Amino acid sequence: MPHIPLPGHLPGITGLLEYSQESAQPIRMLTQLLLRGPSTLTPGERELIATIVSHQNECRFCTAAHTAAADLLLGDTETCNIMKQDIDAAPVSNKMKALLKIAQLVQVSGKAVTSESIAEAKHHGATDLEIHDTVLIAALFSLYNRYVDGMATVAPTDPDFYKGLGERLVSNGYNRLPNGYDHLK
Amino acid sequence: MAHISLPDETLPGIVGLFNFRPETAVPLQLLAETLLRGESPLTSGERELIAAYVSHLNDCHFCHTSHASAAMAHLKCDLALIDDIKHGFQEIAITPKLHALLNIAAKVQKSGRQVTEEDVAAARTHGADDRAIHDTVLIAAAFCMFNRYVDGLGTWAPLENEAYREMGKRMAFTGYVRNVNETAN
Repeated sequence: MPHIPLPGHLPGITGLLEYSQESAQPIRMLTQLLLRGPSTLTPGERELIATIVSHQNECRFCTAAHTAAADLLLGDTETCNIMKQDIDAAPVSNKMKALLKIAQLVQVSGKAVTSESIAEAKHHGATDLEIHDTVLIAALFSLYNRYVDGMATVAPTDPDFYKGLGERLVSNGYNRLPNGYDHLK
Repeated sequence: MAHISLPDETLPGIVGLFNFRPETAVPLQLLAETLLRGESPLTSGERELIAAYVSHLNDCHFCHTSHASAAMAHLKCDLALIDDIKHGFQEIAITPKLHALLNIAAKVQKSGRQVTEEDVAAARTHGADDRAIHDTVLIAAAFCMFNRYVDGLGTWAPLENEAYREMGKRMAFTGYVRNVNETAN
């Protein structure tokens, strides 16, 4: 049960973002920009970064939601599955492997990111902007995971819930739905 | 030197990153403004103490010292008291409510999953309402993002507390949405 009363029809992050819409606005804006805005990384690649951090933070809701979004965007379920076990074995570019490893370090601490991990990403062609966005996406999910679990929000166990959520994240992105969420009641 | 080439290497901490990527700076500044200076049952001084404390636990010198300086400005305390935050509030007078909320913030810094019902109940016993608990968790989570962003990209930070005096006053009394204020001036 959540630590504060939240709308029952909106589990996970959505209920929190509706509870506190003023703080939700910049969080949503930042997420939309980083995960769906113009970038040389595809939305699917950026969802992988969100997924690996949420997975390492053991945040069930965020991991399932972003796995669902990544699966849809990449068109397969293996990439996420393998990445969670072993980044090096995942069917992604060497550049993505290096960026995902940076994200893993950011999950531990900003201080954990080494010059070597950055050099590796640059060696495989990562630009400064790609490195910047990788670090900021990983940092942003360090926020989300703590917000979602720190408030003890509900993580549904039904896989269909995340399928639906993943579809919403792919078709609508991260902006608040124009008419809110009453239709989910 | 930072891990990526910043247009102005003289700008410390997050300031250099805002300058590198103005698009992401907008929501990040708005989030800081909303969380630390927007409406809340907690005073801005209390919220800056939470920010400074979490940043200390994350070993992020720039965020710790700048937000500690902002807290001192709000609380009309001498900068010498900044180090008391690191020592667990032996000298700064804090209420039992804030003490209980700082305990929650420290749990969030480790992981959202560490926050227990007992932690929340203790805060409620000392007068914290839903909103105060929510704001504490989100501020702590947000600084787990800001700290990782600042240190994950290897930005530099002035060492001495004194170097943060004016910055702290600006954060406390002018706020975080720089561009808007510059336009207004």
